[in-house]
Amino acid sequence: MIEEVGTSPEGDLIINVGPQHPSTHGVLHLVITLNGETVKNCEPHLGYIHRSIEKMCESLSYRQFIYVTSRMDYLSSHINNQGCSLTVEKALQIEVPERGKVIRVLMAELTRMASHLLWWGALGMDVGAFTPFFHAFREREVINDIMEETCGARLTMNYIVPGGVMYDIHPNFQQKVKDFITLFKSKIDEYDTLVTGNIIFQQRMKGVGYISGEDALSYGCTGPVLRASGVKCDIRKIAPYDGYEKVQFEEIIETGCDSYARYLVRMKELKQSLSIIEQLLDNIPEGEFQAKTKAVLKLPKGEFYSRVETARGEFGVYIISEGGLTPYRIKFRSPGFSNLSALHHMTKGSKLGDLVATMGTLDLVIPDIDR
Amino acid sequence: MFLVDYIKTVYNGVTSLLKGMRMTGYYFTHHKEIITQQYPDVKQVLPERFRGEVVMTHDEKNEHRCTGCTACELACPNATIKIVTKFDITPDGKKKKALDTFVYHLELCTMCNLCIVACPTDAIKMAQSFEHSVYDRSLLTKVLNKPGSKLMEGVE
Ligand code: SF4
Ligand code: SF4
Repeated sequence: MIEEVGTSPEGDLIINVGPQHPSTHGVLHLVITLNGETVKNCEPHLGYIHRSIEKMCESLSYRQFIYVTSRMDYLSSHINNQGCSLTVEKALQIEVPERGKVIRVLMAELTRMASHLLWWGALGMDVGAFTPFFHAFREREVINDIMEETCGARLTMNYIVPGGVMYDIHPNFQQKVKDFITLFKSKIDEYDTLVTGNIIFQQRMKGVGYISGEDALSYGCTGPVLRASGVKCDIRKIAPYDGYEKVQFEEIIETGCDSYARYLVRMKELKQSLSIIEQLLDNIPEGEFQAKTKAVLKLPKGEFYSRVETARGEFGVYIISEGGLTPYRIKFRSPGFSNLSALHHMTKGSKLGDLVATMGTLDLVIPDIDR
Repeated sequence: MFLVDYIKTVYNGVTSLLKGMRMTGYYFTHHKEIITQQYPDVKQVLPERFRGEVVMTHDEKNEHRCTGCTACELACPNATIKIVTKFDITPDGKKKKALDTFVYHLELCTMCNLCIVACPTDAIKMAQSFEHSVYDRSLLTKVLNKPGSKLMEGVE
């Protein structure tokens, strides 16, 4: 660990970025060794928003612990809930009805879009463009309204529960999502005009934050970060869950390995998510939305693991059960933690301004890293 | 070669900036596309499923549906609900468990909806109110059953 103030033995300046700094997205604290404007080392310090969620889960029942996971990666709360529910279902061998599965996938993809939209807006701010933020939030607001109507909340939904989903979809749901699709299709070109094609933006992104596929793998990166380095890793493709095997979509792979490639992966994923939603929206099967489950869930003795693809990468839930009402131990594998650990590799030798831009393309959510 | 690249970059730079500015100009002249909500002057109607706070439904005769079974208390992950029960004497002289006070700590509630799902008699529901700020924390502890209310007939 390096000292937090002053100069290093070699005479380099050590500065702290964060935990209260507008460019570090929440309470991330980076200790940076600078030689002039060149970053020589950057070390994240965590612990500012630690809530000991894993420990907390040990005292909650298998129905109760799921709502807490909405508060980890709050931009993918549906998908976190889904991962936990899948693990419980796997242990109890509950078969989710088709309707429940389709609703889950629809919600997960809407969440992914909302998350990518927020990331896009925030990335614009990181590189010095303020307008994209408002454009992204305008569309994200529509998704939030849809969520609010069906799930009852905008961010921490707790809608996906073991056995299916908590309620059936709202009667307006399909129409609202259709309206959103029309709106979004008319706006997505604006994004490219405003940001993707902008020459300043491209020069801030291209060739910056390079990480090869091999290195990314060895750091444990997942999600868009790894796919931008040319490695296939989409859990929805390699280990499909909840009926992802039945929908047609492409796994986006870019080989640029830089910030621009990560940007492109997410922009293209937006379109893929939209196409998944379009395929499923008119084909929601009739029937039950939730399987019949016991009021009190008791997992058999053993160890259970399942994983899902959140907007940031692979999210894993590992439960050890002693056969009681509460888990003996729960471990979450969060995508942000591993992605952040690759930051110093990506930014070694780059300029301080590029560090901020690179961090933006990692799409960090601090409560997910520091749970 | 360098010169050609340089001129190309400058050209691309100027065109991409102009494209961006054109869009900004579009929104500058099209006020209908701007979405601003005039809260608190204009309050939005929230959807009926919105989770604002837990309330207990009472009918016009001041009767509720809560039997005091404590299922909601057990379902709640953060001890938001405390049910105090009492014993009523039924007309035929038997003792029967009934609800005395339903204490709800709004400051602890995470609006997870688990209590509503757990309730076997649909006695409680989510209200759409969301402006909960008060000057004193103790005001957030509420008693949900109205004074003098009793159990609706026929609810077991
Ligand atoms: S909504 Fe959740 S936290 Fe609030 S009282 Fe009900 S169960 Fe408890
Ligand atoms: S509100 Fe419902 S679950 Fe709670 S004690 Fe009353 S009847 Fe039981």
